[in-house]
Amino acid sequence: MKISMTVNGSEIGGEVPDRTLLVHFLREVAGLTAANVGCDTSSCGACTVLLDGRSVKSCTLLAAQADGRDVVTVEGLTSGPDDLHPMQRAFRAEHALQCGFCTPGMVMAAVSLLAENPSPTEEEVRTALEGNLCRCTGYHNIVRAVLAAARDGAASASPAAGQAAAASPAGPGRPA
Amino acid sequence: MSILGTRVVRTEDPRLLTAGGTYVDDVRAPELAAAVRATFVRSPIAHAMVTGIDVSAALGAEGVVAVLTVADMDDLGPPPPPPEDGGDDEPGGEAAPVPLGGLWAEPLLAVDRVRFVGEPVAIVLTDDRYQGEDAAELVSVDYEPLPPVANAETALAGETLLFPGTKSNIAAMAGVTGNGSAGDGSIFDGCDVVVEQAIGNQRLAPVPMEGRAVAAAWADGKLTVWVSTQNAQISRFILAGALGLDPDAIRVIAPDVGGGFGAKIGIDRDGLIVAWAAKHTGRPVRWAETRSENMTGMTHGRAQRHVIKIGGTRDGRILAYALDVVQDTGAFPRMGGFLPSLTNLMATGPYAIGQVQASYRVVVTNTTPISAYRGAGRPEATAAVERAVDLFAAETGLDPGEVRRINLVPIDQFPYSTPSGATYDTGDYVTALDKVLAGAGYAELRAEQARRRERGDVLQLGIGLASYVEITAADAAGGETARLVVHGDGTATVYTGSSAHGQGHHTVWAMLVESELGIPMADVTVIHGDTDLIPAGVGTYASRSLQLGGVAVQKAAVDVKDQARLVAADLMEASEADLELDTERGVWQVRGDPATSRTWAEIAGHAGAEGLTAATNFTEGQPTFPFGTHLAVAEVDTETGKARLIRHVTVDDAGTVVSPVLAEGQRHGGIAQGVAQALLEEMVYDADGNPVTATLVDYAIITAAELPSFELLASETPTTVNPLGVKGIGEAGTIGATPATQNAVIDALGHLGVRHIDMPLTPNRVWAAINAAGENGGSR
Amino acid sequence: MIPAPFTYRRAGSVDEALGLAAEGGEDAKFLAGGHSLLPLMKLRLAVPETLIDIGRLGELRYVRSGDGHIAVGALSTHSDLATSGLLARELPLLAHAAGQVGDPQVRHCGTIGGSLAHADSAADLPAVALALDAVLVARGPSGTREIAAGDFFQGLFESALQPGELLTEIRVPRPQAPARWAFQKFTKRAIDWAIVGVAVQGSNVALVNMGQTPVRASAVEQALAAGAAPGDAAAHAADQTSPPEDLNADRPYREHLARVLVARALEESAARP
Repeated sequence: MKISMTVNGSEIGGEVPDRTLLVHFLREVAGLTAANVGCDTSSCGACTVLLDGRSVKSCTLLAAQADGRDVVTVEGLTSGPDDLHPMQRAFRAEHALQCGFCTPGMVMAAVSLLAENPSPTEEEVRTALEGNLCRCTGYHNIVRAVLAAARDGAASASPAAGQAAAASPAGPGRPA
Repeated sequence: MSILGTRVVRTEDPRLLTAGGTYVDDVRAPELAAAVRATFVRSPIAHAMVTGIDVSAALGAEGVVAVLTVADMDDLGPPPPPPEDGGDDEPGGEAAPVPLGGLWAEPLLAVDRVRFVGEPVAIVLTDDRYQGEDAAELVSVDYEPLPPVANAETALAGETLLFPGTKSNIAAMAGVTGNGSAGDGSIFDGCDVVVEQAIGNQRLAPVPMEGRAVAAAWADGKLTVWVSTQNAQISRFILAGALGLDPDAIRVIAPDVGGGFGAKIGIDRDGLIVAWAAKHTGRPVRWAETRSENMTGMTHGRAQRHVIKIGGTRDGRILAYALDVVQDTGAFPRMGGFLPSLTNLMATGPYAIGQVQASYRVVVTNTTPISAYRGAGRPEATAAVERAVDLFAAETGLDPGEVRRINLVPIDQFPYSTPSGATYDTGDYVTALDKVLAGAGYAELRAEQARRRERGDVLQLGIGLASYVEITAADAAGGETARLVVHGDGTATVYTGSSAHGQGHHTVWAMLVESELGIPMADVTVIHGDTDLIPAGVGTYASRSLQLGGVAVQKAAVDVKDQARLVAADLMEASEADLELDTERGVWQVRGDPATSRTWAEIAGHAGAEGLTAATNFTEGQPTFPFGTHLAVAEVDTETGKARLIRHVTVDDAGTVVSPVLAEGQRHGGIAQGVAQALLEEMVYDADGNPVTATLVDYAIITAAELPSFELLASETPTTVNPLGVKGIGEAGTIGATPATQNAVIDALGHLGVRHIDMPLTPNRVWAAINAAGENGGSR
Repeated sequence: MIPAPFTYRRAGSVDEALGLAAEGGEDAKFLAGGHSLLPLMKLRLAVPETLIDIGRLGELRYVRSGDGHIAVGALSTHSDLATSGLLARELPLLAHAAGQVGDPQVRHCGTIGGSLAHADSAADLPAVALALDAVLVARGPSGTREIAAGDFFQGLFESALQPGELLTEIRVPRPQAPARWAFQKFTKRAIDWAIVGVAVQGSNVALVNMGQTPVRASAVEQALAAGAAPGDAAAHAADQTSPPEDLNADRPYREHLARVLVARALEESAARP
């Protein structure tokens, strides 16, 4: 089937098998390989991206479900290594990554957290990241990074901020 | 003011944070442009004869390029000859080659039988990834089940042997070592207090976030293989041997690697099959395993059962210790006796125990093969002796911290030789213990524990200690290589034999060059993991990299400096003795006369078109012995059995700290894995050898929600065996954290009569222990 | 890791969804958030031939006040429910339980309708639906019907939905005392399925993972109705249950946990101001 979606601000389309997972569409059709596949039971979160401003596990979505919608990956947070998003800056400053495999998903999950909760407590950060596994860091510095990014006003720099605000939590549902 | 020891952020990170790393499955090299995808057909049964494989239906499936079995492997030479010490039917000893060959040899694709669930039986090559699983489902394999040997007890009973022609399922063993060599327990004769305990150190799955992945291309007589590995050079030799190729015909590239933890040493069986398939078909092949494959296809860790016996005086002096190890090595003895031999070597830990006996047997079972996993034999030793010390303390009624202090090797005894054959270089064990007790507020913790016991609170507090010493760079004699080039533009390139997979070597090696030569880190490029560029090297495991690879870089820098002095003298028409290198400004000058200064670019340019080069292989290192103490505070809900780690305080002393940021990161990661073993993780098989914890839903990797922030205390006791004074930090955190956490949970229940609980201390297990102890911690 | 091949169809309306389901027959499944179904399909434990994506039927995504009840559209995500101000005031048990499902990413996608239709006795919302005396509204080829929660869950992964029937709404009678609620979810790790869970609303007590379906702890409810103190009533929590045995818990342990958690839930509910 034909699918097209906005990825990091650009329209990406392709003819793909119906069963194509969103993570494979992003990695192989859009050529964005930062989101990684770390498991097959939706446990690890290495594939986390933003869909219409909210964190999702792109391995547990069909590309078809994202057809016509808006996806942001870690590659879309900035224009390059010299222009880091506050969350990326914080991850670097706090040594919140080692091998880097979980990092794109972890960063996007953290960005989504701050969009919904701009000043979380340490406990709230830890709970919010329960769906993102890391084997290298022990999470200690990841938590520090997220708290630092929150202090640094990361929520307002987030590409998700505008969209998360538009998806009103209470009242009538969003239009299809 | 050297940059060493300062808080430097990593040079690796901007790329990893913005574009993501380039792991094997991300590689987009032209050689792989027309690559096919590999999907394995794996045994669903633990032990069976393979009586037929029908690939006809699979061959007809969409996108299938080839379906290969052992029948297609006639282009490979015969397997290597059996080892000389006759390891065929007698168990291999400590000197047995690793892996054991001969009758215990492991094939590539299964030949006539399978010995573990997940063993590769066939490989399907398809045009694209999605077609692979569809086609693999169509391969039909006939299995005739054999009785499963699902655990070590069954293996020892020996009714079913895994390997025809062998006398038993014992692949390797060492009789009693240490000075308790009588082996009859007489070392306990003088002891007033003796405690014996059977202890499990459960099978774990390493679960690096990136599974195994290999991409291979055969063209013009050369095999290029990208591997998610910790050792590109070792992988090359393994490939050469397995495929019957000259090493010069093979190039191995380790791109970014998403974690290894010892399970990605070299290239394993499945990776060799992928590389062979590329050569056999002439098509480039890519493979990246799924997590389900990884849970049974990647090697597991630990899987030891211990019987410990500890004896001493009523006032807390430990006089004798015995450790017997049964190592379950899974279906193939890939590591021979290596792991339990390290366990036995480190049996007494940081304690001065006069009489020791240690022994091991390695048995094969119909489960995933065992190999190194963060700590590789040493966590097991520490877990055993730290449980033993707590049991001994409980028996004497003395405080566990006090018992440790009485028995720790004092600072004036180094280098210290243990009865089990290790010589510890440097250590200050008592200070480490005291620092942690003070830093944790031990007296107040005990007071809080007492208050909760007095009140009969549902939530009880436990304090667990572990003092440890471990061996890093055990294979120091193998050395590590470094080549340093200073270019005509004043920048530098380091070619290192070390192989980072998250450790941050690129940052630290650049720090070492800046410190020695004054070339700014931003101008230092570090390259690793490509055998065309770095043909000789060992790679990263055993926490060896800084103390061998880093020292090699520093030595190469010193060599370059010595060469540069000569060149500078010529350029500046001065005598060598009058010249100095100002490392702050990165310039050579006549001593005290900055106006004469020349840059590295000028010096290197003057040296010639190739600039300045130095290559080293640092083989003068020796094993080193980092040490420390961990204190864990656990809160246990005595009604449900659920234990929660609320604090974790450590000293992990690995000598001089070159990068505090990276050392802390290694400690954090190690602690998390150590805690996870104590509380959550276990790779479980049922009685038929079927894996029960085969996905990340059931195998309980620890998350951020189960951990507190850690309290790391500083301690630096340099080693004398290398110029930097550094030991290895990579595994220490894991080694200390597991027993501290286990001891904490058990300590929380001491007043209820609980003396021991095997890991993992899941709620069900803890509750069962409370019940069994007969106190009312359970139902309302 | 990769689902078996299937045909994807997207429904633009409930009627279209029902039509596509009728066409697809037994091998067609609805795809809501996909967070119960897709994981099964990726492990090839479920192999539908047709997936009917109903995820964009915005008309089924709402939380509304009705006459004597709260109406929740079946395609409301767990995140919608967890952040709903209306639910926080009127049905805090549901808001809270929805906020405990999985992790934030799962909650952004998974829906209450998907979760209930999946009928996993280890999931949280089926037991909550029981405790709330919810009525499940289903639309099928032969029209709309209402199914009481007590009749809806028929076995492990077996609901009362007929092939081609779509859950459209969950209707919850307004509780007499909204604040008399509690939710005790006992897990090994925060992310895990409940080993045992308890949902309390008023005098209703429902259990997670104590049988092939969510169950009401009727013996506890009867004891409470007969005037027993909560602690004594809780002692009956495991009566007439058949808890599963698995990696995390043997039968005696689950029964014990049920008693402990029911006691705690009753205490928590009573203590709420």
